[in-house]
Amino acid sequence: MRSTSLNLVYELAKENDKVVFIGSDLSPGLLEGMKTQFPDRFFMEGVSEQHVIGMAAGLAMDGYIPYINTIATFLTRRCYEQVALDLCLHDLPVRLLASGGGVVYAPLGPTHLAVEDIAIMRVLPNMTVIAPCDAEEMKRLMPQTLNWPHPIYIRFAKGGDAIVSRPDLEFKIGKAIVLKEPKDGLFITTGITTQIALQAAEELANKNLQVGVLHMHTIKPLDHESLRHWLPKVGKVVTVEEHSRIGGLGSAVLEYASDHLPEVTHKIKRIGLPDHFSENYGSQASLLTAFGITKEALVESFANSR
Amino acid sequence: MNDISKQLRRMVVEAIDGGGRGHLGSSVSPIEMIYTLYDSLLNVTPENVQSPDRDRFILSKGHGCLALYVVLAHRGFIKREELKTFCKHDSRIGGHPERNKIPGIEASTGALGHGLSIGVGAALAARMQKRASKVVVLTGDGEINEGSIWEAAMSASKHKLSNLTVMVDYNKLQSYGQTKEVLDLEPLVDKWTSFGFHTVEVDGHDMKALVETYRKLPFTEGKPSAIICHTIKGKGFPFAEGNPHWHHKAKLSPAELAALYACVD
Repeated sequence: MRSTSLNLVYELAKENDKVVFIGSDLSPGLLEGMKTQFPDRFFMEGVSEQHVIGMAAGLAMDGYIPYINTIATFLTRRCYEQVALDLCLHDLPVRLLASGGGVVYAPLGPTHLAVEDIAIMRVLPNMTVIAPCDAEEMKRLMPQTLNWPHPIYIRFAKGGDAIVSRPDLEFKIGKAIVLKEPKDGLFITTGITTQIALQAAEELANKNLQVGVLHMHTIKPLDHESLRHWLPKVGKVVTVEEHSRIGGLGSAVLEYASDHLPEVTHKIKRIGLPDHFSENYGSQASLLTAFGITKEALVESFANSR
Repeated sequence: MNDISKQLRRMVVEAIDGGGRGHLGSSVSPIEMIYTLYDSLLNVTPENVQSPDRDRFILSKGHGCLALYVVLAHRGFIKREELKTFCKHDSRIGGHPERNKIPGIEASTGALGHGLSIGVGAALAARMQKRASKVVVLTGDGEINEGSIWEAAMSASKHKLSNLTVMVDYNKLQSYGQTKEVLDLEPLVDKWTSFGFHTVEVDGHDMKALVETYRKLPFTEGKPSAIICHTIKGKGFPFAEGNPHWHHKAKLSPAELAALYACVD
């Protein structure tokens, strides 16, 4: 997903001379083609995330569209004030390409996990927050980032994630995608929890429970129309995210329901990461298992729904 | 002080009177710096303020905004009467400056340590677009406690941004007290020099010296420039000079306001 996205920055740079790339201190040889072809629009600025955000703001004020890539947690926690003020207060079209959202960097420990990034990005006015589920969806997203008039936070998954997005279903920033039509219940997912929910929904279907999957790739702006349509139609809703249960997708859905459809709030359950730092390493899969974000746990969440 | 210096300070007092508060000390220390920039160096006027070719001034120490507001009023970007709306509910001129509210404000500042990075971006953009625009960033001295300033300084030097100038309002006082006690900046000239800037010092209240310094910009082709401006916090108001209690004042009494006016009448 990361290489797909970064290669597309290069492709966008070929068609639009306002596109610039800024990295902090990334892998050797990264985007060598872009660096060679457009040396004045390729920046590797060092381990200086606060500066990188401010510099991108300065470039964007003069018409450029900067795409910034580094590790998700350093792109959110370290330079939060710069993101809030330089990008969001000025409302500038800067794109934050965040590597390793969620627990992707499990073996590297809690310093490298981005488990509250959606919450702290979502709360900023003018910010758009997107977590694609696979590389094919990333391909459909990137061209739409060119003319989006606000800052965007794009959360990358691990890479090599199963392709579940579908070319026949329109991708549009801010528009949720129904990957499986609901009848009895509904999973609302973002990022790679979409894959897990699709597997769970298949197993539940074998048990004669028709649980749909609403892929909420854009967490902000939240697709109110889709929620208004689906929430009243099903008996139970389970939100699933590779993110703290505080402040992310589940919170966003509950906020919408509380404000606009209070009669459905009791139907909504949230699955996400607990409110403590991870004490384990291992892999993304082992941490997700430990935290109960698995096909089995999702199936279990509908155990008493018949 | 010459007539202009006094007149600008009078306008600062009018704004503080209107708002009932303000960073007096922090605003009058860079006032000659900002006035001479607009008068003698920067190609930015109310007429060309939207032009890409204009020069950019970023007041990184946003709490010194009264100095910028009065210079903008003096040069016709805003009306002088508007200064009296300072910090009021519907005002365009708040306690820190905001882009897109007032013509001539390039960046919303107030949180310290942001302006130089934005200036680096603006200077890079000018070079990439083959514009002759100069970029000047004015920082406080307490402000450069922030690590982000030094990240930006390294970047400015790496990119050989000779179209970028940083001016430090070195009044030697930050909110709590003397900079040398809170977090000593010395040797300050050596610091900027070692970060790749051609650095000079000047009396930040001496308009003639400031203008002569600007004439030499860029000091060295291929290097960003730094001007360390030695100033006096609260300059022009004897009871406020060098007095950290006048860094910011709210709930000014009638007697305090009368004392301020007495200094500029």
